[in-house]
Amino acid sequence: MRSLINILDLSTREIDELIETANDIISHPEKYAEACRNRILATLFFEPSTRTRLSFESAMYGLGGRVISVSGESGSSVTKGESIADTARTVSCYADIIAMRHPKEGAPYVASLNSTVPVINAGDGGHNHPTQTLADLLTIQREKGRFENLTVGFCGDLKFGRTVHSLITAMSRYPGVRFVLISPEELKVPSYVKKDVLAKKNIPFLQTTDMEAVMPELDILYMTRVQKERFFNEEDYLRLKDSYILDPKKLANARADLSILHPLPRVNEISVAVDSDPRACYFKQVRNGRYIRMALIMKLLKEAEA
Amino acid sequence: MNVDSIQNGVVIDHITAGRGMRLYALLGLDELDCSVAIIKNVVSVKMGRKDIIKIDADIPVNFDVIGYVDPAATVNIIREGSLVEKRTIGLPPVLTNVIRCRNPRCITSVERGLDHVFRLTDAHQGIYRCIYCETKAN
Repeated sequence: MRSLINILDLSTREIDELIETANDIISHPEKYAEACRNRILATLFFEPSTRTRLSFESAMYGLGGRVISVSGESGSSVTKGESIADTARTVSCYADIIAMRHPKEGAPYVASLNSTVPVINAGDGGHNHPTQTLADLLTIQREKGRFENLTVGFCGDLKFGRTVHSLITAMSRYPGVRFVLISPEELKVPSYVKKDVLAKKNIPFLQTTDMEAVMPELDILYMTRVQKERFFNEEDYLRLKDSYILDPKKLANARADLSILHPLPRVNEISVAVDSDPRACYFKQVRNGRYIRMALIMKLLKEAEA
Repeated sequence: MNVDSIQNGVVIDHITAGRGMRLYALLGLDELDCSVAIIKNVVSVKMGRKDIIKIDADIPVNFDVIGYVDPAATVNIIREGSLVEKRTIGLPPVLTNVIRCRNPRCITSVERGLDHVFRLTDAHQGIYRCIYCETKAN
């Protein structure tokens, strides 16, 4: 049974196909309105989420399918001590495909080992968030028209930011990509990303704490929120949460064709004054997330049928 | 110092000096009723110093544990006083329930009955990562 746990579960060719399908859905949504008729998506969200859960549910409705959902541990048998393995086996009996978010890293993988239907990782702790990466890739493709030869800046919480790890991993498969990693010392990219992804493939990267100094180099600036829920110590969170705030002044030296991305939700890290800048793409990213999830649901259901 | 030779059992030889005790603990040799000898810092022409473990019983040993702790170690199986098998181990590609994931955010910290599985991701540097959360093993 094919599931999507890590972005590397998809080849670059498959990603290209998903992007092609998503672009076709954007152009001709009516063609896909009944694509998943009589199919059921179960959204199991054991951690708070607004946009990802709604995006999955909206995607399934857009395909003519139906949705059943669990939101928060308090509304599920997990509070009675049920294991992820048993939850996955049970929900497989009710749904054709599962989207799962869980605060524990690896939980959707455990679900996929026990489910009889495809499982989509909708975010597991600070680990992976492959469908956000697909939304990011669709946005980059639509804004830049390519993945190759881009300088991609990541700014903010690069330690716990799962979207950052997934996007670095995905983009590292394309030639000519260079990364600029902007973060406070305490929130640097984990060593396994640097060693296993960047160093192993000889991909050039720069680590810095100075966002303005590197701004002119960037084709893409991927801002992230410092996530309170990832800290064991509130004092550290309060000290680091406003490390970087992107505002029009900081964009003064940026390229005219810069694309500003953010997985959202945002708190303070992008000033609302930036929203009207034509380089701001983060709300387009939200829209793209729905379409790429539609393409993914169709693909996994089709493969499960085969 | 003399330790008697064994008639039926296992000799783990060429253990890097200092790793014998860790191997003893991870193999659960403290739970055996038979004689077990740990010989530390034995002079070795090839290694300078080495540790040796002798187990005076023909018991199955977990080769994955030995390979993980010391891939250069050799395992000798002795039956009726003769060497019947000599094995070199190397790094096992997968470790199941040999070590535990230390990441408090990993699903293994809460899921009952879940095996702790690590995969060899870098054979050159001997790096293992949890298959669930990708945290590096100590």
